[in-house]
Amino acid sequence: MLEVSLRHDFGGFALDAAFTAPAGVTALFGASGSGKTTVVNTVAGLMRPDAGRVVAQGEVLLDTTAGISLPPNRRRIGYVFQDARLFPHLDVRANLVFGARFAPRGASGPDFGRVVEMLGIGALLERRPGALSGGEKARVAIGRALLSKPRLLLMDEPLAALDAPRRAEILPFVERLRDAGLPILYVSHSVAEVARLADTLVVLGEGRILASGRAEDVLADPALAAQFGAQEAGALLRARVLGTDADGLTRLQTATGTVWVSQSAPAGAELRIRIHASDVILAREAPQGLSALNILPGTVEKIETDSGQRAWVQLRMGEEAILARLTQRSVSALGLAPGVACHAILKSVAVARDDLAQTHK
Amino acid sequence: MTGLTPEEATALTLSLRVAGVAVLVSLPVGLAVAMVLARGRWPGLWLLNALVHLPLILPPVVTGYFLLLAFGRKGPVGAFLEQAFGLVFAFRWTGAALAAAVMGFPLMVRAMRLAIEAVDPKLEEAASTLGASRLAVFRSVTLPLILPGVIAGAVLAFAKAMGEFGATITFVSNIPGQTQTLPSAIYTALQVPGGDTTAGRLALISVIVAVSAVLLSEFIARRVAARIRGA
Repeated sequence: MLEVSLRHDFGGFALDAAFTAPAGVTALFGASGSGKTTVVNTVAGLMRPDAGRVVAQGEVLLDTTAGISLPPNRRRIGYVFQDARLFPHLDVRANLVFGARFAPRGASGPDFGRVVEMLGIGALLERRPGALSGGEKARVAIGRALLSKPRLLLMDEPLAALDAPRRAEILPFVERLRDAGLPILYVSHSVAEVARLADTLVVLGEGRILASGRAEDVLADPALAAQFGAQEAGALLRARVLGTDADGLTRLQTATGTVWVSQSAPAGAELRIRIHASDVILAREAPQGLSALNILPGTVEKIETDSGQRAWVQLRMGEEAILARLTQRSVSALGLAPGVACHAILKSVAVARDDLAQTHK
Repeated sequence: MTGLTPEEATALTLSLRVAGVAVLVSLPVGLAVAMVLARGRWPGLWLLNALVHLPLILPPVVTGYFLLLAFGRKGPVGAFLEQAFGLVFAFRWTGAALAAAVMGFPLMVRAMRLAIEAVDPKLEEAASTLGASRLAVFRSVTLPLILPGVIAGAVLAFAKAMGEFGATITFVSNIPGQTQTLPSAIYTALQVPGGDTTAGRLALISVIVAVSAVLLSEFIARRVAARIRGA
């Protein structure tokens, strides 16, 4: 559990943010310049805001009113930087050992061998950082931070400097850390990463917290769709694999109903599925004679319109919600308003491979 | 060294001792000053910077004169040091070492400062998030990264100390076996009729010492730099 509140005036740009991060992965989402790095630097102790308070697992790390500010080396907060920041004069092994050297005795966490094995960096140990690829550097940086046995891991866009294949290489490691129970504050401006990793989502915009809560709720909030972008906005559903049908389609159980996807997954696995708002069609009545396999019933909860022709409709289905991107003309033609029952038709492409990620538990 | 008269040999060993002590003693001070100049954010730093550079731009005779005023037996600092620690600078080899250290100081600090400014503070931040105290960060990250600059600064200061003449002769005079370093010995030889051969031999030694120092520092700096680049 991490509590953060801070206020800082950069002269022309003021940051005023407060949020709570429960266990699991908390994603800090926002455009460049929204103040994300300032927030994590404050948590790490690399930046001292005008006013602020940071409490991690009951220990006060910063409290400007009480005059408390622990130096970074006494906070036990692991930090994986976007630019890795490996020590150039040390080889990979010495970089990792550096992390372990100052770890408090008796603190829990994976040991050297476990970290090396988990991150697959055994073959790199004798190499210098200068001879590593971007993805390798990122893995070593994660390992080094882990070996300092932190109580919380900060990751500031650790994948932003990497190309798509490298990103795909790192993400499973982050998921493993999450599944191992290490609290993570993950900074990102990629909706795909957030949807794949986050339990809690905090949205930052121009120095203010725009939203904070369960990732599913925040991602399905039509008022925030513009923040996530017209192409990327969409809901996150949790699903369990029921089995594979004879034709190869995988049957998933969501809180709302059954959904079929073409990717295979073992029965019983818990998955996250992401449904892009642009891949959702709404119908007032249960559609007949439609090629789409996935049709879920729900009730319109919220509608947000922008200054153009676009409208974002949130469809509530019990615990879960789906976001649909429509034109304002369609909204009025269908007579959509809060409380109206309708059906969401998910185009078969809606459950995409990249967005299909194993969740923990 | 064959072919050297006892006087010449004395001047050479004295010079090496004076320069060696001057560098060793001023090294930690120079490093501290370079750190402050490179990283400090205080409004008065320009004054410290000017003070450090003063021996580089003042006539050496003036620097020697100031040293005499401050560190002479009647000078405020000199009198105190003699009383408190029995440390005497005036007309002793220690005074020659002090003069050499002061004259070499700007060169040493400049080289170190450049090296410190080239270190990415982000690496030091990363070390501190890993639990390293400020001292541990300096010892295990900053110092290894600036080592080439420290070596370069030390060698420059050593070469400068070997060749220092003006401030030394002004401050501690030119006493054979006590304060007569290589340059002073060359100067003395040139004042004596028929001293040309002595002067020539000593000048050659000066050149050899200076060139070896520079080559050695280049060699060490290259080795260290290659190690640090992570190649």
